[in-house]
Amino acid sequence: MSTHLLLIQGLNGLQLGILLFLIAAGLTLVFGVMDFINLAHGVQYMIGAYLAAWIAAGTGSFWFALLLALPLALALGLLLEFLVFRHLYDRDHLQQVLATFGVILVVNQGVKLLFGAAPLQVPMPELLSGGIPIMEGLLYPTYRIAIIVGGLATAGLLWWLVERTKVGMLVRAGATNAPMVAALGVDINRLFMIVFGFGAMLAGFAGVLAAPILSVEPGMGDNLLILAFVVIVIGGIGSIRGAFIAALLVGLVETLGRSLMPDLMRLFLSPSEARQVGAALASMLVYIAMAAILAFRPAGLFPVRAG
Amino acid sequence: MTGQLNKLGLDRRTLLGASTFAAVGLALPGLARAQAAPVKVGLISVLTGPQAALGTHLRDGFLLGLKHLDNKLGGRAAEVVVIDDELRPDAAVTKVRAAIERDRCDIMAGVVFSNILAAVIRPITETKTFLIGTNAGPSPIAGRGCNPYFFATSYVNDQNHAVLGAAANQGVEVGGQNKVIRRVIIITPNYQAGRDAAAGFKSTFQGEVMDEIYVPLNTTDFSAELAKIAAARPEGIFTFMPGGLGVQFVRQYRQAGLDLPVLSAFTVDEAVLPAQGEAALGLYTGTTWTPTLPNEQNARFVRDFEAQFNYIPASYAAHAYDGAMLLDSAIRKVGGNLADKAALRTAIAAADFRSVRGNFRFGANQFPIQDFWLARVVRRQDGKFETQHVRKVFENAVDPFAAQCRMPAM
Repeated sequence: MSTHLLLIQGLNGLQLGILLFLIAAGLTLVFGVMDFINLAHGVQYMIGAYLAAWIAAGTGSFWFALLLALPLALALGLLLEFLVFRHLYDRDHLQQVLATFGVILVVNQGVKLLFGAAPLQVPMPELLSGGIPIMEGLLYPTYRIAIIVGGLATAGLLWWLVERTKVGMLVRAGATNAPMVAALGVDINRLFMIVFGFGAMLAGFAGVLAAPILSVEPGMGDNLLILAFVVIVIGGIGSIRGAFIAALLVGLVETLGRSLMPDLMRLFLSPSEARQVGAALASMLVYIAMAAILAFRPAGLFPVRAG
Repeated sequence: MTGQLNKLGLDRRTLLGASTFAAVGLALPGLARAQAAPVKVGLISVLTGPQAALGTHLRDGFLLGLKHLDNKLGGRAAEVVVIDDELRPDAAVTKVRAAIERDRCDIMAGVVFSNILAAVIRPITETKTFLIGTNAGPSPIAGRGCNPYFFATSYVNDQNHAVLGAAANQGVEVGGQNKVIRRVIIITPNYQAGRDAAAGFKSTFQGEVMDEIYVPLNTTDFSAELAKIAAARPEGIFTFMPGGLGVQFVRQYRQAGLDLPVLSAFTVDEAVLPAQGEAALGLYTGTTWTPTLPNEQNARFVRDFEAQFNYIPASYAAHAYDGAMLLDSAIRKVGGNLADKAALRTAIAAADFRSVRGNFRFGANQFPIQDFWLARVVRRQDGKFETQHVRKVFENAVDPFAAQCRMPAM
């Protein structure tokens, strides 16, 4: 494997990691601060992508779609919170899982009714539609680099919000011990709403970013949701920093594993076996990594919760 | 709460009893005047979940067929019971049983996916009900598992892949001239149909397979694989990426600036072309049918389909349309009498209808003997995208599994 190829795979892994981080950031806060398991978080990602597809089809501009989809994703997230999730905070985890799973089914079906079952496409913005020739015969799309840059900037902003602002301080305090924060006179419900809305918007943002490279279709958030859960478990529930590191880790392991595993297996096995075993192992790799990390650090890389 | 439930349960039981009585009571005189009652067709298709777009094509194709027949099959009024298999074998079996036992469907048709067909074929054929498969064609059912109550209006899955292997040997157009493709990389999802696709392609391809890449079925980002392909510098790519997989693969392929000939099956068709758009232009596919095949039936089918449903039909729709036409011809041949199964089977096997594909007859394993085409994605004058036939690769092809079929007695 050439260094060029390794560089490309590294960039690909980074880009997947960034998307995962945007989804996992909201998920880890909601889980950490509110102790609420939201399986429907992937739905927010899908909503973001569909909003982008819808607005881009109407206006013909990706930038316009990006601008409008964010507040709309936020509004829809808050609407779901108001209608459904708010009534689940005090219930046990099983009921939360069941109810939010129901939300997945309803929203997936609703999207299908509104937009049809066929996958939609979002045109890539003209400005970023080119590519950078990294290796002969292959362009690395500028848009993917833009995703990495945009995602890193968002991560920086998020770090500033959580570490340097008063709301961020309350969020961190809430993740450590929510009842204590409430006892100190903070309106915990309002804090929950802010956290939830922000998380929904971040996932929606990830959906908008992914829309031009992936197909926009019902259920598109469900696959990423599983990886996002892996990310927050590895990173430590409630920790933004943990989610960031773990997201990049999972993105790199997933991407590099998929391209290197079959070659690695070829050292021990015949080519056709190596392909099969390599492909199978590559899809397990993320979960093996999770198991290994949890064996040494049961609370994740950056545990937050006290006691 | 418990009281209410009990009451509900009792009510339901009473209802069930009453409906059974009604069913038995209605069925007896019904037998006597079988001719007058409508023919009921249970149409199995996937209408929920990410692959629902394919199922919608299938359903609309069949319904258009019925519309062209004035909602009659062989002169008898027809009624369609649409069954959503949800792409879940267990759900499909439950619903199919209900359709046969409760709704009393006379004939079943449809089925997009092979795993659903594998699940429902026994429950249907064991009741001596005919099943007209209009899409899935797994090789076991064409070979050792052939069944007197099963007919396919589609193909055996492997055939479409084999077309591309043969097409690569003959050469495809690259930069304005014909070029024989000698070195390819195969990339397919890592599941049974994906491995079958690779095997089907290799069964006819004479060049060198440089590498076979298997990706997880839920892959959304192919950038790692595309980088690998670019590094290996093959002369062409063979791929099988059904549904949303194909949308992502094709668009990312273009974004990566790769410009190799792509030979694909079930990857670029009218079900996903609206989402692939320009990225799919020029990609090759192996198929039994395209909207552009020049015959009268096809022209009418495509024109009326677009007028009614406002999208371009894919092969799922075309094969289902043929399914409706086939049933019409068979029921007409037996004078509307569906009770004589042997006569009905002979009538279906005659395939006395004009297919939108042109050449069409049934082989001994009750799968079609038909032509296969190399087709290419083009932009129509109205800006929409469709597959256009390039050349006939196989003529009157018998599938390679037909020889293994020892058709059991009815």
